[in-house]
Amino acid sequence: MKKNSFISKIAGNRILIPIVALLILAVFNFIADPSFFKITLGYNNLGNPVLSGYLITILDYGSELAILALGMTLVTAASGGQDISVGAAIAIAGSAMLRVLCGADGRAETLQTPIIVAFLIAVVIAMAFGAFNGILVAYFKIQPMIATLILFTAGRSIAAWINNNQLPIVNDQGFTVFGGFIPGIPIPTPFFIAAACVVVIMLVLKFTNLGLYTQAVGINESSSRLNGLNPEFIKFITFVILGICVAVAALIKVSRLSTINYSVIAKDIEMDAILAVALGGNSLSGGKFNMWASVLGAYVIQFLTTTLYKFNVQSDALPAYKAIVVIILVIISAPTVREWMGNMWTRMNEKKDAKEAKVNG
Amino acid sequence: MAEKKPSILNRLRNMTDTNLLLTITIVMFFLMYIGAIVFQGKGFLKPQTFFNILNANAALIILSVGLSIVMISGSIDISVGGVTALVCMSCAVHLDYKGGNVFTAFLLALGIGIAFGFIQGILIAYLDIQPFIVTLAGMFFARGMTTIVNTNPFNVENPALVALKDTRIPVPFLGSYNKLGEYINAYVEIGALVAVAVVLILFFVLRWTRLGRNFYALGGNRQSALMLGINVKRTKFYAHLLCGFLSGIGGFVYFLHVGSGAPTHAAGAEMNAIAASIIGGTLLTGGVGNVIGTFFGVLSLSTIQNIVNSAGLDDAWWTGITIAAMLCLFLVIQSLVLSRKKKK
Repeated sequence: MKKNSFISKIAGNRILIPIVALLILAVFNFIADPSFFKITLGYNNLGNPVLSGYLITILDYGSELAILALGMTLVTAASGGQDISVGAAIAIAGSAMLRVLCGADGRAETLQTPIIVAFLIAVVIAMAFGAFNGILVAYFKIQPMIATLILFTAGRSIAAWINNNQLPIVNDQGFTVFGGFIPGIPIPTPFFIAAACVVVIMLVLKFTNLGLYTQAVGINESSSRLNGLNPEFIKFITFVILGICVAVAALIKVSRLSTINYSVIAKDIEMDAILAVALGGNSLSGGKFNMWASVLGAYVIQFLTTTLYKFNVQSDALPAYKAIVVIILVIISAPTVREWMGNMWTRMNEKKDAKEAKVNG
Repeated sequence: MAEKKPSILNRLRNMTDTNLLLTITIVMFFLMYIGAIVFQGKGFLKPQTFFNILNANAALIILSVGLSIVMISGSIDISVGGVTALVCMSCAVHLDYKGGNVFTAFLLALGIGIAFGFIQGILIAYLDIQPFIVTLAGMFFARGMTTIVNTNPFNVENPALVALKDTRIPVPFLGSYNKLGEYINAYVEIGALVAVAVVLILFFVLRWTRLGRNFYALGGNRQSALMLGINVKRTKFYAHLLCGFLSGIGGFVYFLHVGSGAPTHAAGAEMNAIAASIIGGTLLTGGVGNVIGTFFGVLSLSTIQNIVNSAGLDDAWWTGITIAAMLCLFLVIQSLVLSRKKKK
């Protein structure tokens, strides 16, 4: 009996799933090719020290995913559904940012406005689109995934429309810092941005009731209403917070290329963000969540992506493999399967006990 | 005393949700079509214009009907577009590279569709996993598999398939005279006939068979369906199986229409199918809907796209924005219809 409770305690800990997944991936890579873990220090074409290697790539590209996972975890917890428009919203926010930075003709030699202004405008726009999703979900009671399907379809079109379908290019070196390296620091900047976002969210969760309220609404909407909460507003606000996360991710994405490709930027990232939340052991139907697990989940997803790329999987074929991972994850975490496995476990124990009783008796 | 002749308003108020939403859809379609005739000229008056819309959207009609059934039973399937692309690519490879014939290609299409429906159905109905997650994974899996089957798009050259693709079935009495005064028959493609047949068959299935009624009962209220002695899990499973089967057929019809395989085929079809079902009066919450409505939903969607295109807004992004706007409008209408029910 003691053993049983110990195992269930470990299994009940949400952060275990991403850690186990990470270990499996790491061991797999170590056996297949130990050079996966090699990190080299080099200099980029500007003469700044940069670290390179697969692990750095994971740290780099996993960060934007981690930022999205923060917002997605809150949305999932409160509304019991996911926002599938994050990729399209990144395209919109990025497009707006470039429009402000490059001016109307998109070919300006210098920045038309300071980067911070462009970023803040992108934040406001992304929050507005988040609010649109939030209103549909919270006040019109449309299932989150259907409501966000609207923006999922129209988003990239709107992004192209903002810049008249042109592809503005930023010529300023200062803008590449956000998706690249700060001069003199060999660790990619997105990691620091992600760390800052995580700290902010953790502080918000610690000093406000946001975390408690979202979980209450996600667990039981009507009883949280009876306790004086306003479930509609809380759902709405999670979508707006996701909007801020989207704008930050858009900054990194656009900064990497200094330009934008409306149909390709952040493609399929909604799948990765949802996967990160699921991998973090958070229930996709709302309720309790663990933010650390989601963030770790995001990096594990990037680990998986990088591993697949390393084995020369085409980028278009990636979704097939990730889909299999999702299916395995949801099957493991399905309540029916858990119950069944629990029953199996107790039956095995009973058999063992009976055997021991027989031996002793 | 109750009034003898109920006013139209009263009659509307007392309609069931299904009929009310169906009426809105059909009225909307005719208004839109009349609008198209008035603003876009005589082109829309020709019967062939209508048949062209039907030909181009046959696959979408079949996919949407399948999706409507799933939605009526209170679930969702967004993998239909991906499955269509996978079916097209597999059939194309089967015909041109593996030397298969059209009949085995059709069986292959059905097999893929049923396999998707079966697995997703089991996961959703028996393991109680959120349908959206399962079918989202299904969609990504199908799209990824399409590239794994073959990366490059290509046109199929199998003569039997090309012959089938170009088959035109004349429609009597509805032809028109061209500029030289010659009479040209109106025509439909095979796919359009299949689509109409599917709609009619499923209309009867939903209305007059036990299975069809179970779908409505399950979507309307799962708890009471259970108490009525309906096997809810099996019913939900059948809904997904049927949807998978229909996406197999729809995929093959799409393949017949385009005659090629490409990873980008039917991009966004799941969105169009959901939009068509919702415009056709299927409630997202389940229990309400009608495949005839879905049929008109597809036609409305396509008509408005035609209007947008011929109004000179032919940039690709306008189509996406229009569909999203229409979907948004109808979602709000649904929300209002639902609140009407609560007030009563």
